[in-house]
Amino acid sequence: MASRVTFSQDRCKGCGLCITVCPKHIIFLDKTKTNKRGYHPATVVEMAACIGCANCARMCPDSVIMVERNIEED
Amino acid sequence: MAIVYQKSKGLTDLEMHYCPGCTHGVIHKLVAEALVDLNLLEHTIGVAPVGCSVFAYNYFNCDMHEAAHGRAPAVATGIKRVLPQNTVFTYQGDGDLAAIGTAEIIHAAMRGEHFTTIFVNNAIYGMTGGQMAPTTLVGQKATTAPHGRDRAHYGQPLHMAEIMATIGGAAYSTRVTVVDMPHMMKARTAIRKAFQMQMEGKGFTFVEVLSTCPTNWGMTPVEALGWVKDTMINEFPLGVFKDADSKEGS
Repeated sequence: MASRVTFSQDRCKGCGLCITVCPKHIIFLDKTKTNKRGYHPATVVEMAACIGCANCARMCPDSVIMVERNIEED
Repeated sequence: MAIVYQKSKGLTDLEMHYCPGCTHGVIHKLVAEALVDLNLLEHTIGVAPVGCSVFAYNYFNCDMHEAAHGRAPAVATGIKRVLPQNTVFTYQGDGDLAAIGTAEIIHAAMRGEHFTTIFVNNAIYGMTGGQMAPTTLVGQKATTAPHGRDRAHYGQPLHMAEIMATIGGAAYSTRVTVVDMPHMMKARTAIRKAFQMQMEGKGFTFVEVLSTCPTNWGMTPVEALGWVKDTMINEFPLGVFKDADSKEGS
């Protein structure tokens, strides 16, 4: 796995701004989950497709996203 | 695995109270990241306004001071004059800066005070429930303009970045937005430049950021981003209206 995105799902407000900036379109709101604030939190479906660009994390108004990348594989 | 992005050390760990999708959070991050990257955070004093961002003092991980409504530039003037070696900024919304505090900001710029103002313009009064602001677009609906702002009755929106550019003491005045990645990168650069120019003693620096208010605009957060791009930018053009650096260069 080249990259990994971690969401602090309890802090997510489900606004969906991260979805608009993901070039790989792999982020979606998890309708099967409701966090403690009552929102459907964002999650990544297909982590293997993530390129670790961190657009989602930069766009997130609540700073709930951390992005890691395996630098050696670059 | 190396971390390529995580929450900035320039922000506290507190959860922000802003509505879902409000771009205040994005602008907070850009300011915090600029202060960290320029190695200014330890020596920065911010001044919080009245409005949605009234609790900004809880979120920035530097010394903060709250000001009376619209008076952040006056408070920042006092702080910067006593502590000229420190970085000082005000973070103000359009109700705070373009309505009740218009005189304060214009006179701070006139005096060429050496602080930076981050002006968040979302074309509406957010905290009080979506009333018409001086920055509300003609035709835009607000709770106090249910049929849309009427030009004949209420006039036209104030363009603060352009007004600041006409004032001698202002060294830098620009308008940016954060609705997508290319615009956000430009906003990032503008905020950094403003802080750098402040520390170089160039004068008053002003960054207007077009922001969203999904709650009071009656839109989803994603629709609100689109409204900024399709409508708001036409009324409030992006760009640099004054740059003392480039004048020196020419």
